[in-house]
Amino acid sequence: MIPEEELFAKGHRACAGCGSALAMRHALKAAGKNTIISHATGCMEVVSSPYPETAWRVPWIHAAFENAAAVGSGIDRALKRQGKRENVNLLVIGGDGSTFDIGFQALSAAIERQQNFCYICYENNAYMNTGIQRSGATPKYASTTTSPAGKVVHGKMEWKKHMPLIVAAHNEGVYVATANIAFVQDYIDKVKKGLAKKGPAYIEVYCPCPPGWKISPSQTVEVAKVAFKSKVTPLYEIENGVLKFTKEPSSFVPVIEHLKTQGRFKHMTGEEVNEVQLHLDKNYEKLKKLEETCVRL
Amino acid sequence: METHIVEKLASFINDGILDSEMIHMESEHSALSAALGASATGVRTFSATASQGLALMHEILFVVSGMRLPVVMSIANRSLSAPINIWNDHQDSISARDSGWMQFYAESSQEALDTMIIAYKIAENKDVLLPAMVCIDGFTLSHVYEPVDIPEQKSVDRFLSPYKPVYKLDPEKPLTMGPVGFPDSFMYFKHAQQKAMESALQVIKKVNTEFKQQFGRDYGDGILEGYKMNDAKQAVVCMGSVCGTVRVAVDKMRKDGKKVGMIKLKTYRPFPKKRLVEVSKGLKGMAVLDKNISFGNYGALFTDLKAVLSDKIKMNNFIIGLGGRDITVKHVEEVVGKIGSKKDIEWVY
Repeated sequence: MIPEEELFAKGHRACAGCGSALAMRHALKAAGKNTIISHATGCMEVVSSPYPETAWRVPWIHAAFENAAAVGSGIDRALKRQGKRENVNLLVIGGDGSTFDIGFQALSAAIERQQNFCYICYENNAYMNTGIQRSGATPKYASTTTSPAGKVVHGKMEWKKHMPLIVAAHNEGVYVATANIAFVQDYIDKVKKGLAKKGPAYIEVYCPCPPGWKISPSQTVEVAKVAFKSKVTPLYEIENGVLKFTKEPSSFVPVIEHLKTQGRFKHMTGEEVNEVQLHLDKNYEKLKKLEETCVRL
Repeated sequence: METHIVEKLASFINDGILDSEMIHMESEHSALSAALGASATGVRTFSATASQGLALMHEILFVVSGMRLPVVMSIANRSLSAPINIWNDHQDSISARDSGWMQFYAESSQEALDTMIIAYKIAENKDVLLPAMVCIDGFTLSHVYEPVDIPEQKSVDRFLSPYKPVYKLDPEKPLTMGPVGFPDSFMYFKHAQQKAMESALQVIKKVNTEFKQQFGRDYGDGILEGYKMNDAKQAVVCMGSVCGTVRVAVDKMRKDGKKVGMIKLKTYRPFPKKRLVEVSKGLKGMAVLDKNISFGNYGALFTDLKAVLSDKIKMNNFIIGLGGRDITVKHVEEVVGKIGSKKDIEWVY
């Protein structure tokens, strides 16, 4: 059962069809009222907290771009000091820019220290808040404002950083999961599980961005579903170092079906599409192998 | 440089002498961020840093003060690279001058210790609610051994009652902290910080008096101390441990019949404009010692003083002690001799 109560209030200033806003809404449905949030600078911070308005019906703090995990570490220990740690859910939230790139150090160290919080990375593939600049999460060949599809260079030239595996590599004490806003129950289950763990949890939720991806606001969930079917967002969790798929499509579709839903890929050549297909196949195969062999990460 | 402080606190905690939580952060940027998070949750918070570490914290300094969190931090003042140098000057904290933190400079180890306690009481006052830096000179104070009177816990507890935050992150009473301030509200927040700085001056004096009543020690009026200033015609203005050297130099020059005094500025931010005008009354000349340099201009203290004092006082700026360069009684006598010279800024080395 998904609770009806909305702790992320409507009326916030996110774009129509924002996938990340869905991720916020459902994270709070999973966490409930007894929650504190440390939030990094980014889309969801900006749209939700224009003084004197707020969309947050739980205590919420924003300090800077790269330090949400460090601020969360302070909250974690202060709650422990106050004897309230057992009763409060602590969420740390950042976009892919603040998670993959600028806030990576703070997140890594918090995991090493085994801070007790659930980190949610709303992953929309670029620095969307500041106008669609490429990040470590931007997929290869995506056109962004800093990696524009030009006549010579066809968008971003590097592959996306494999964050969930990097996070899992810290130690077996971290719970890691990937999620997708098209599969709400799966996402909510994972946030609940992450919060229930006494230690760090990392949940990366795939969030289409209409202006950044050049899709219609009506297509957000549809695009997220196609991404799932085309191996772009494999859904798995890593618990005690062991990877397990939580959901798989009954049949896969070629990645071209995913790419053609979005204007940011429209410049790609057939060869480039094949290269991406091969990359995704290999990645999926690697993850399946990890699952089959039960190798501890 | 601050390592001693943190190591000592760690051993206090691990030996059960101090009942506190210590978070081992991976960087100064994260250390201040964690202090911010903890303070916002409603606990009394401390950190220590110096030099490059303070520079790395720079971004978050403004966030802590803007959120009005009364974090107290000791700065073991040291130079900034390059060239890399681990010794004392004030370039680090002076570079954080405009970050909205109060800054107190200590002359001795006793003053360093007492100011830590005093700083919390000022920072947490409801008319202030600003973070504070207790600046202690690297090596000269941070690595020196001298006897200090460590007040009893009970007596400190009486002076500094348990922390009661005005606002905190609490699911019982949800609050949004650190919102977006658009142009229609932003200046309101900044003006409120400025007003709090102004209110702090009264609070500093009050807390200094209360400290004296309970512990028998004070530091001027908590803002500044005029040493042999009653009939002084010339004064040396300085901050931090060099004040000890200047005291000796002043005594020596007094013996030689020179009417010299010292203005020891303890509270640099808020900058005590009125008090400085008062204490400078009757002065003909002034040597301003700066352990920092605003490249392309003067030292910071000199520029600040120039803005508040009458043109009738001849003021000369001396850049001293950068990167641990020694300053002796002889140097102080020399700079006093140069008051009134046309060269308004001179490097002493």
